[in-house]
Amino acid sequence: MAPLLEVDDLRIHFRTDDGVVKSVDGISFDLERGRTLGIVGESGSGKSVTSLGIMGLHQGTKAQISGHIRLDGEDLVAAAPTRVRELRGSKMAMIFQDPLSALHPYYTVGNQIIEAYRIHNKVTKQAARQHAIDLLGRVGIPTPQTRVDDYPHQFSGGMRQRAMIAMALSCDPELLIADEPTTALDVTVQAQILDLISDLQSELGSAVIIITHDLGVVAELSDDILVMYAGRVAEYGSAADIFGRPDHPYTWGLLSSMPRLDEAKTTRLVPIPGTPPSLIRVPSGCPFHPRCRYTELVGGGRCETEVPPLREAVTAGHAAACHLTAEQRTRQWADLAAGRIPDDVKAPRAEEPEAREPV
Amino acid sequence: MIYFIIRRLILTVFLLLLVSAITFAIFFLVPRLAGQTSYQLAAQYVGRNPTPSAIKAVEVKLGLDSPLYLQYGRFIKGIVAGVHYNNGPDVSYCPFPCFGYSFRNQQPVWPQLISDAPVTLSLAIGGAVLWLIGGVSIGVLSALRRGSFFDRFSMGIALAGVSLPVFFTGLISLELFSYKWALFPNVHYVGITSNPLLWARNLVLPWITLAFLYAALYARLTRAGMLETMGEDYIRTARAKGLPERKVIIKHGLRAALTPIVTIFGLDLGLLLGGAILTETTFSFPGLGQFTILAIQNQDLPEIQGVVMIAALFIVVANMVVDILYAIVDPRVRF
Repeated sequence: MAPLLEVDDLRIHFRTDDGVVKSVDGISFDLERGRTLGIVGESGSGKSVTSLGIMGLHQGTKAQISGHIRLDGEDLVAAAPTRVRELRGSKMAMIFQDPLSALHPYYTVGNQIIEAYRIHNKVTKQAARQHAIDLLGRVGIPTPQTRVDDYPHQFSGGMRQRAMIAMALSCDPELLIADEPTTALDVTVQAQILDLISDLQSELGSAVIIITHDLGVVAELSDDILVMYAGRVAEYGSAADIFGRPDHPYTWGLLSSMPRLDEAKTTRLVPIPGTPPSLIRVPSGCPFHPRCRYTELVGGGRCETEVPPLREAVTAGHAAACHLTAEQRTRQWADLAAGRIPDDVKAPRAEEPEAREPV
Repeated sequence: MIYFIIRRLILTVFLLLLVSAITFAIFFLVPRLAGQTSYQLAAQYVGRNPTPSAIKAVEVKLGLDSPLYLQYGRFIKGIVAGVHYNNGPDVSYCPFPCFGYSFRNQQPVWPQLISDAPVTLSLAIGGAVLWLIGGVSIGVLSALRRGSFFDRFSMGIALAGVSLPVFFTGLISLELFSYKWALFPNVHYVGITSNPLLWARNLVLPWITLAFLYAALYARLTRAGMLETMGEDYIRTARAKGLPERKVIIKHGLRAALTPIVTIFGLDLGLLLGGAILTETTFSFPGLGQFTILAIQNQDLPEIQGVVMIAALFIVVANMVVDILYAIVDPRVRF
């Protein structure tokens, strides 16, 4: 059976006065029903633009989209806007980062869910209301029959996100995209929301894309992980591969900058030097090379000139876009995991004059 | 909600009392302090070359010789309950609500205000409907087609509308549409009860003139508000639900953008009801604005005071209505 979602060489560019912003520059991945894909990356790596692109929310803007997004075999890039609108909210739904600003302040939570349901289902208001109450109950809102008439500002942060989830689930979507669903929430509430998403997923069998900069979130939920950098895929593989034996220096950087409960407190966190590059002037060659510690190991200036292809290095289904050889990666990661930063690695250039975007 | 309205009503009464006290002080206390005698004040009521005894009679009858605080008390009593003016043989009753007598024609002020109010009311409400519909729809379209020819064109016109004074646009429209092309000949006010058709026809030019100014303002406000709300996260949510774009714009975008417009609309309308001075003067409509101009020209203090009180009443009530509307429009506002 074909995967539910196939993204093939997706490019989303924005023409601005300063130049073309290549927010997403040729990414591909597949997602099957019942699976969860985590998309990880820093701010500006193109995670959210990708998800909005899948939802067709760039239509009517100045974005230039090429490539293919196939949902159940139907190409959304080529489809008519009205067709994508029909699919939006019914076959694919989205949860946003900040539930307070993502809910309309002037309408009750119930009304907003009812509206979402009735766009795609010809039912009476009463039936839709009952459906909204059921949904609110299902996402864990206590006394949903009274809370359905509350306004978003009468809900707590976690409840608002639950309500958002209820709204997204109103038409039983086959694809659920959660864009930073826990970023705006308390830590304790974060865990609850993640549990809720994974419970509902196993109940409904939907495919889920979870977008985050928080590796802890993807570790908990994802089957597969896509690491994005500067609008491209840096590394793609199963969660076990990405966390167990990552193959890309950027992923190494992300993992070493994350505190771990299973390590001694004395282990120092290692930040990734520099800042994410401008998407107007993406660095030549490997976009990560100005921040990479390992360019010397590759040698020959290949990192500066040659774009590394995404290829499977060691295990099948686990690909990384890096010039390092498989042996080099294995050795460097083993050293890093042991808490040693090898001496033969040149300290990276911290500053990066060309790459800053004019503000 | 009910408590809020009651509280606001009580506050309104106090506010109006304060306004009355201030105007009374300006018109009657300050001249007294500056050396004007009650005899001189009474002389305003009688015609040219009056006899001193006639003046004296007026002074006594209206109680102008009594202390100012008593006069103020009588003024307030007149407004709320009517008042008897009595100096023995000559008794006259000024019924509720009594704003005193005009210097000019010795008639009570209130009936004159009442007879002029429909003119202003017709002008202001008709104009308001026009400018609200026109301004908001132009603003929405401009925002949605930001940067287009329509946007630039209508915002250019709006800039003109805001900058050009009513007496200019009004006279131009009179010249073109009334005199030159005779589409609306002989513009003058006709009561709605005597001839509704003529009433509307004669009001078209004043309405458009008035609405042009305000529509320009509202178009700019609506455009700015729409641009802001259409960038909000909840608009993206509405689109992500699969809502048709028209519904996204009207139900989610415009609804939120309209809230500040409602506020300003209430205040503008309240202000206009107290007299659309420029428009009324330009078209020679005998409304409260004209009444005000005449009262000021004649230094007719009781008339001015009456107009001030009416205008204050409109503004305070408009404010209250706006606050109540706000709570209905925006559920986050609670009393």
